[in-house]
Order: sequence, then C-alpha cells, then structure tokens
Amino acid sequence: MTAMLEVENLTQEFRLGGSLLERMRFDKGRLSFPDKRVKAVNGVSFRIARGEVMALVGESGCGKSTVAKTIARIYRPTGGKIRIEGEDIAGYGVRELLPVRSRMQMIFQDPYASLNPRQRVRDIVAEPLLEQTTGTAARREVAERTLALLAKVGLNTEHAGRYPHQFSGGQRQRIGIARALSVNPGLIIADEPVSALDVSIQAQILNLMMDLRDEFGLAYLFISHDLSVVHHIADRVGVMYLGFLVETGPREHIFSAPRHPYTRALLSAAPSIEKTRSRPEIELKGEVPSALDLPSGCCFRTRCPLAFERCRLERPTLKPVGGGAEVACHLTDEPDRDRA
Amino acid sequence: MTATPALEAVSPKEIPAKTGAPLLAVEGLRTWFHTFSGTVKAVDGVSFALRPGEIMGLVGESGGGKSVVGFSILGLIDPPGRIEDGRILFEGRNLAGLSEAELRQIRGRDIAMVFQDPMTSLNPLHTVGRQMDEMLQLHTDLDAAGRRARCIEMLESVGISRAADRLSAYPHQFSGGMRQRVVIAIAMLARPKLVIADEPTTALDVTIQAQILKLMRRQIRDNGTAMILVTHDLAVVSEMADHITVLYCGKVVERGPTDDVIRRPAHPYTRGLIDSIPDPAHRQPRLKQIPGAVPDIRKLPKGCSFKDRCFRAEALCGERVPELVVQGDRAHACHYPLTEGDSR
Repeated sequence: MTAMLEVENLTQEFRLGGSLLERMRFDKGRLSFPDKRVKAVNGVSFRIARGEVMALVGESGCGKSTVAKTIARIYRPTGGKIRIEGEDIAGYGVRELLPVRSRMQMIFQDPYASLNPRQRVRDIVAEPLLEQTTGTAARREVAERTLALLAKVGLNTEHAGRYPHQFSGGQRQRIGIARALSVNPGLIIADEPVSALDVSIQAQILNLMMDLRDEFGLAYLFISHDLSVVHHIADRVGVMYLGFLVETGPREHIFSAPRHPYTRALLSAAPSIEKTRSRPEIELKGEVPSALDLPSGCCFRTRCPLAFERCRLERPTLKPVGGGAEVACHLTDEPDRDRA
Repeated sequence: MTATPALEAVSPKEIPAKTGAPLLAVEGLRTWFHTFSGTVKAVDGVSFALRPGEIMGLVGESGGGKSVVGFSILGLIDPPGRIEDGRILFEGRNLAGLSEAELRQIRGRDIAMVFQDPMTSLNPLHTVGRQMDEMLQLHTDLDAAGRRARCIEMLESVGISRAADRLSAYPHQFSGGMRQRVVIAIAMLARPKLVIADEPTTALDVTIQAQILKLMRRQIRDNGTAMILVTHDLAVVSEMADHITVLYCGKVVERGPTDDVIRRPAHPYTRGLIDSIPDPAHRQPRLKQIPGAVPDIRKLPKGCSFKDRCFRAEALCGERVPELVVQGDRAHACHYPLTEGDSR
C-alpha cells in the first residue's frame, strides 16, 4: 500500500539575505560575494501511513517546522522527494499544487496570526473549498458544509458570522482545524498546534484532533517540542537535531528504550509532575551549534557526553535497531562505549 | 557557601532559616484595572506568606492574575491599574504604602525580578558589564574594582565562561539561554532576600530550561533567597517549589505543599489542570479536559468563578463565592472540595 506521505532525503537550504555590500569579501586581493547558506534540513526521510500520527520533536532551530512547511510546499525543497500517495510534489508549481491541497492541509501554531482578521469565520472555513470548486450549486453546498464543519469542531451556527477577534485562542484553533478539514484531506500537517494554548484548552484541542482522526481516518504530521503531548498523540516519533533526523521509531521505543544520546537527554530534561525517573539523566552542556556552520561528523558530537573520535570524522546514518526503530549514532556499533 | 554540582532536590533540612517569621506576607491584595470597558479585578483578595529560603509556585492559566501579583509586590502597577486594598508585608513593612523613592531602595536590593523574555529585559544598547555594574552602584558601597570582581564572580557562578571578557559583550551577542543566565546573575548580584521569577524558562528549549532551573535552584539555596515562581507550567513548579498557590480569575483557589497538592488536589480546578497534562506513565486515549474557557474577568458569573466549567458545581456555587478555608498547611476555596475518596 502506498504511504499517505513519503519523504525521501529531503533537504532545505536558505540563502541568508543581505545586500551585495554586506556579502562583499576581499580574499587575497580578489573580490568575491560568498553565499551564506543555512542548512535547515539535511536529508530527512520518513513515511506516514494512512490514519497514522507521526510526530517530529526537537528544540528550536532543529528544522522540524521547516520540514512541515516544505512538505506543505510553502517552501520549495532544495532537494529530495515528497510523495503524497505516491505522487512526487517536490517540484510542483502553484497550478499543479492546487489539486494536491485537497489531499493535504496545514494547521498553524499561532491561532491569532493564522486567521485573516477581516474575514468572517464562514468565509475563512469555506475558502480552501471554494478554491477547489466552481458553480453556484457547488457554492450552496460549500455553505452547508461550512456549517457542518463548525459543528464538528465544537462551534455553532451563530459563530459563522463573527470575526476571529471575537474568539478565544482555543476557539480560533478550532476554526483553523475546520478550515483544514474543509477539503476533506487525508493528511494534516500540524505545526505546534497547541503550544500557544493554556493547558486546559490544550487538552480540548488534542482530544478534538484525535476524535477527528478516528472519524475521518486522518494522518497527522504533528510538530511539537512538548514531549508529553507527543507521547499522548503520536503513533511514531522522529527526533530531530540541527536538521538531521537522529532517531525514529514507534512511540514506545522512543519513550521507553531511546537509543540516541540526544533523545535520552531530551527526555531527561523534560520536567514532569511524576517524581520518579526510571532512566539515568543525561545532562547537556552548552547550546545548539549554528546551522550556518555544521560540525564535522555527527551533528550532536559538540554536546554529546559520549562522543568519541569516530563521531568527529564520520557522519552517522540512520540504521535499523529492531522494533521498527532507526538510530543515527555510532554507539549502536560500539555498545560498550554507551556508559550512561 | 559551596556550590553543589549535582542536581538534587532541596530538602527542608538544608535551609535553616525556613522556619520562623515570614519574609513576605501578602494579605487580601486587590489590584484592579479601571478600563473604559469596566473594572478588571485582576487580583481580587489574594493572601499568602513566604518564609526565608522558600520557593513558592504561583500557578494558573492566562488571565489568572499571577503576573499582576508579582508586579504588585514590586510596586510596578501603572494606571489604570491600582492596588485597591490589602497589605504586602515585607519583613514587617507594608510595601503597598511606600513611595516610589522608598520602593526604589527595595527593588533590586531586597527584591529582584526575573522576567520571561531575556531579550527585552536587558538593554540592547549597554554592555552586560555596564548593566551589572549599575545594580552594584545603586545598591552596594563597593569601589569600581570590587564591583568588577563581584560581576565576574557572579557571571561565573551562573555558568558563563570567560566572564571577564564577556563583561564587554552586548546582549545580542548571547543566545537566549545565556541571556537568561545574565538576567539571573543581575537579579542575584545584590544578594536579594526575595526573587520574583515570572515565567523564567517559558521562552527556552527544554534542555536549556533544565540548565536554567538547576542554576536557579542552586543560586537560591546558596544565598538563602526566597523565590516566587510565577508559571503556567505545573511540571516546572512540581520540580522547583516547596509549596504552590493556584490562582483562578484573580482569586486563590488552592494552596499547600507542592507534592501534597499535586497528589491530592482539593479544588476541581487544580484537579483539572493536573489531569489536562498528558501523563506518560498512564496513557489514555482521551485526556481529561476542563470544558469551556476562562470567563471574561469583567463579567464574572455570580458565585464561584469556576462554576460554569466545574463538574461538581451545585446550586450553592451560583449563589455564594466560596471562602478560602484553611486546614493546617492546606487551603482551598470550594464549596464541594475533593476528598481522598474521590476517584480520578
């Protein structure tokens, strides 16, 4: 069966802006204008089956949101393949992308910035659908569907005529979800959908997202920095660091038997209301290096308490470690070095 | 005083000053904002006490009034806001009655503040060294060399290497985590008796958050400082605070020792907050959620502010505002508090 989404060796680089003057360099008497490039995503591959929830976790700057936006084709990828139900959309232009948008929609982090303040809720929700349809009969259908969608996400008919500023953060996120659902997509890309919300509202939105998945068989690519949220919602988890996928596997693997030192550090750093810690702590020193100037070898070696010579020389690649999990770490070859 | 490198919970034994008279006692504090669209009773009758060396978590959702409590203590409420009523007793002195000049003597020296956003709480136009020096000039008698030595010592103690060189750096040359270390260093410079930290790690990544929390805990312990930790994050509070105060719509709804409150919450709102956090140890298909949203604080319902979202609400809740009932070291404001027997 073809996967809902299959990403293969996705890379994304951004040229840093700056005028010619700012980029101008003199080197041995010669004038040059070197191009500074941020390597935001470096060869990420994964697949999401129909109805599956895959979460990407990592800290700010790890490239998780860039992966989401590149798959949603807000950005054009520098390299790699993005297959939606087998169809590679990586090189598509705006026109070719339009039909793809009915199979894939996005929910954004900030429910204040992602809704047009001058549009009524009914127009916001109907817009993606109107892009896909023509004719007056269809328009009437769209209007009916809009109201039905609002009910699905826990809003009512009288809300349809209001403007976004009349809603709370949680309600706005419901509107964003209704808009994403309008075209009946198979895949929803959710970029930190609950991190701007208070914890009690967060639970409402997570429950709603799970209900909708069960009802419509949606697949989610769920981007989050919050491990407890990811543990709750995800079937599979990918851990990103500095644009690389360093570990991926089923939820239970990542949370019960994580292999990569970064995954373990991330888990032990997360505060918890449960006092018991089953794993030894790995504490990280220092901060994430710049994506302008990636370390040689393993991207994590500058902060890794277990790094050794090979980590500097050779970049580890994802290798299967059993149970459907894959880890990019040289320690999998040399388990006796893994002391922590 | 020696710095302990290992991450340990601060046990009560280690802080001799923890018993005795309170350092800070807030009594019946009301801070209201008089806006054109009505009076916002952001803080409406809040009371708590803090002893030297204690860490208190002040918890609640946005709009609960937790930040306004912190600002009120420091006298940082500007019109249309006003402290309408109540006393803020710091070492027996009522801060609510002091003039701006008298408050300036206390701010920074006795009570310091750490804000959420380390970028906006540092002045981008001055070097880190100058901003630290300013604090010492205002609040100590040290000479220039002594101040410099103290700044270097402080920067080192918050884990900034090459501290002497870094004094001449500007805030933009530091990362977010490093900036928050600088902010903490500035707060601790004059050895304050109380630090008010308003969401100090909310803007940071989890691995950096872990570093900063550990650092704050060590600074607090080494200096015997008391802290009010204002946050929405119950997990952070449960790892840091000795006791917690839960606010909802400007009122204290529950108070008590941290572990006790988290294990046996009495107020349905506290229970709701705890249950809303996904618990990796007991994964369930659906999260327990608190229905609805925080009401408009200008149009609070009659009776208990939480009644419309509460699963235990009865007729009485719509008629009378529940009083804060104190039982030993616990307190709650609920007509029908949860007891040990109520199943989760």
